[in-house]
Amino acid sequence: MMNLKDKACIVGIGETPYVRKPGSGLTQLGLQLLAARRAVDDAGVSLKDVDGLMPFPNLGNAEEFAANLGIENLRFATTVHTGGAAPVASLRIAAMAVCCGAANAVLIPAGWNGYSGSRARQTVSQDVSSLPGGGIARDYYLPFGLTAPPQWYSLMARRHMHDFGTTAEQLGAIAVAMRKHAQLNPNAVMHGKPMTLDDYMASPMITDPYRLFDCCLETDGAAAVLVTTTERARDLGKKPVSIMGVASGQPYPADEITNRKDIFQTGLTIAAPEAFAAAGVKPKDIDFAEIYDCFTFEVLQQLEETGFCERGGGGAFVEGGRIEIGGELPVNTHGGLLSEAHVLGMNHIVEAVKQLRGEAGDRQVAEAELGVVTGWGDFGDGSLAILRN
Amino acid sequence: MSEYKKPLPELDGLTAEFYGWCKKGELRFQRCLSCNGWRHVPREMCPECASTDWEWQRSSGKGKIFTWTVAERPMHPGFADAAPYAPVVVELEEGVRVLTEMTDCMPSDLVIDMPVEVTFEAVTPEVTLPKFKKS
Repeated sequence: MMNLKDKACIVGIGETPYVRKPGSGLTQLGLQLLAARRAVDDAGVSLKDVDGLMPFPNLGNAEEFAANLGIENLRFATTVHTGGAAPVASLRIAAMAVCCGAANAVLIPAGWNGYSGSRARQTVSQDVSSLPGGGIARDYYLPFGLTAPPQWYSLMARRHMHDFGTTAEQLGAIAVAMRKHAQLNPNAVMHGKPMTLDDYMASPMITDPYRLFDCCLETDGAAAVLVTTTERARDLGKKPVSIMGVASGQPYPADEITNRKDIFQTGLTIAAPEAFAAAGVKPKDIDFAEIYDCFTFEVLQQLEETGFCERGGGGAFVEGGRIEIGGELPVNTHGGLLSEAHVLGMNHIVEAVKQLRGEAGDRQVAEAELGVVTGWGDFGDGSLAILRN
Repeated sequence: MSEYKKPLPELDGLTAEFYGWCKKGELRFQRCLSCNGWRHVPREMCPECASTDWEWQRSSGKGKIFTWTVAERPMHPGFADAAPYAPVVVELEEGVRVLTEMTDCMPSDLVIDMPVEVTFEAVTPEVTLPKFKKS
């Protein structure tokens, strides 16, 4: 098998401001165009050099992006349909594309008006057609009131609490760590709004066992990255961030969440070992991790399935500041979807690049050389990238 | 009688057959005639042995609670007045699991592994939903 280790790099990152009230003032496309342009500028290349586009599922199409950005030579355009796992999974496809010559430079944008436009909480309830097995959700979940992502995943969280004794306080430790990191990040929506474990415990139940502060933010914002070959990256301005290993996977069955033999086995269970094997490193070598944190328990579950701790050990792992900056494995150094913004996980990739370039300011992880980024989407699709400077 | 506002299954194909049995008061799942495996939700082919020979076989209707969530803040207009309510996953004796609701207990009464049995609720003239009660 062809190993793409260190053959492709992230050479540009771009972000818009991340906001709630009063909203971005831009369209969904306009937001993403701004982030895309900034990523290309950051790389020190021209939009004319971009010939690949990988839009996020259902948030825009490549033709529209290309027409607005003036990408006249669009040779490679595709979308990975794995929801929030798509940005990291797209890194893999982009790496494949540039390494085999299907494109020279692939732009991966993502963004939405998740606050001022259609609220994130409504998207699935109103339209199940974008889900894997949309008909399954419509015919077998919605009639019984299982209508939205926090409800799907809290089913797993409760079972984990039963099987392994995971506690609300442990889920709270995740929310508190993300919020603490957001205090070091001026672009985080929750910057200037610290939170204690008591605040977490006092927050209202949304779908028990998930409280309000177990749930990610609904925000407006976009982010983008640019991928090219390591060879081309050498001639560009910024320090390239190398894609050492990247993989994606799906749970089985991917379109139905209640009948999995092992309900904690998700796409990441398959993706993580593959990515680590390709990179030739182990979880203990990693300096920080940006984990897709749609909800607190998904962080815990992904830490387990990635192999940072054993199955059932996630609750103890996240306690005692271990996942905070300065701890054993800083997680979501930007604040994550929980406290920076919900930019579909693209903000996790951008943050990893900043950490590896040494551009993370007050929240810089000392001597960060190896970082992990994960994605989680739909009914547990997973993706994982190992990046290095 | 006030109009039923919650979402309904689309009665088409295998889903029409599944809910058709519910309307007759029977909980039936597909069972593979080649490897005898039960399955839910309905599939065209047996994922264990790739056989397309199957029939709807009647479940004992008995099982236990596998997990649940308590929706305190409804996220679908059809459930706006229903909170708190609990979507429950029941594991049947045959091994398949269904997403359902309990008819005779409060969310606070739920316990993992609690024994339950099927009951049927005709929510519209066309649709009967399989729900569960304490066993």
